[in-house]
Amino acid sequence: MSTVTCPECAAEVQLVTGTETGEIIVCSDCGVDLEVTSLEPAEVQLAPMEEEDWGE
Amino acid sequence: MRRRLKFGVLFSRVRVEEKWIFGAMEKRGIDYDRLDDRTIHFDLQNPTPWQQYDAVLERSVSYNSGLYALRLLNAFGVPTVNTASVAEICGDKLMTSAAFARDGVPQPHNATAFTPEAALEAIEAFGYPVVLKPVVGSWGRLLAKINDRDAAEAVLEHKSTLGSVQHSIFYIQEYIEKPGRDIRVIVIGDRVLTAMYRNSEHWITNTARGGSGELCPITPEIEELSLQAARSVGGGVLGVDLVEHPEKGLMVNEINHTTEFHTMQPLSGIDIANEIVEYTTSIAREYA
Repeated sequence: MSTVTCPECAAEVQLVTGTETGEIIVCSDCGVDLEVTSLEPAEVQLAPMEEEDWGE
Repeated sequence: MRRRLKFGVLFSRVRVEEKWIFGAMEKRGIDYDRLDDRTIHFDLQNPTPWQQYDAVLERSVSYNSGLYALRLLNAFGVPTVNTASVAEICGDKLMTSAAFARDGVPQPHNATAFTPEAALEAIEAFGYPVVLKPVVGSWGRLLAKINDRDAAEAVLEHKSTLGSVQHSIFYIQEYIEKPGRDIRVIVIGDRVLTAMYRNSEHWITNTARGGSGELCPITPEIEELSLQAARSVGGGVLGVDLVEHPEKGLMVNEINHTTEFHTMQPLSGIDIANEIVEYTTSIAREYA
């Protein structure tokens, strides 16, 4: 299990086993959406904001 | 011996659905590439890199990125799930309604207009309340229930002034007094896989807006209507949304071509991701 630092609130966020690159996780401290951009080394960035044409 | 297939999976975000799909592909030993729609680029004079794929499964959350990618892939001769044609119809509520009207698929009463004045006239002809929806959009975003003329004038003005030009394609739908739920049906090819009620106290029952799921028995009527709707838009892997009209009965509200199933898969116990991979394999084999 890896740990990353939330770019929004600087909290330590854990990446659980099975986390994938491109996955969206939520910072447990501030609630912001984070995108996992790399696993080795573990890195996250603020997830892109929802766009008007997003959906299913 | 059959040749090993190579797939591409086009995505924007790795949601739980994509994780399940990747897992299903790996379990089946399928060779696949993860194609992030934010990083790919197409050289229109060199389709060869794309033609390595026996099929591409499109799971973009961006309708426009997904649609244009599908159009290019289909132009390059690459089979896709779903096809560009299906995405064009399902991603645009007006196109979906037009297909349903052509094929006699039961649907809510709809109208469209291209100016606020004409839209107001159409709304007044419906009577209140009515619902205004963007032609492109999902997850229950920007739906407006219009209860009276004052609200109609305000929302129409806001849409035409503040929205993109596409928001001036006014899509008007009768307001349906639903029994606190609608029905999401998963159709793959010519099979209805599973269905669930989406319960909500709010008039928008989308689970993306907090609606909760409950397994729905697949009646012959649900099955027949869902398959009829799926055929009308061209077929594939589809999430068909049904609504129970208090007077007119069951009808089709819309169809999603990159359907989510994070609630339905655990609820139904059906490995929907695996079924999608199976269907993609059948499409690839058909064109191989």
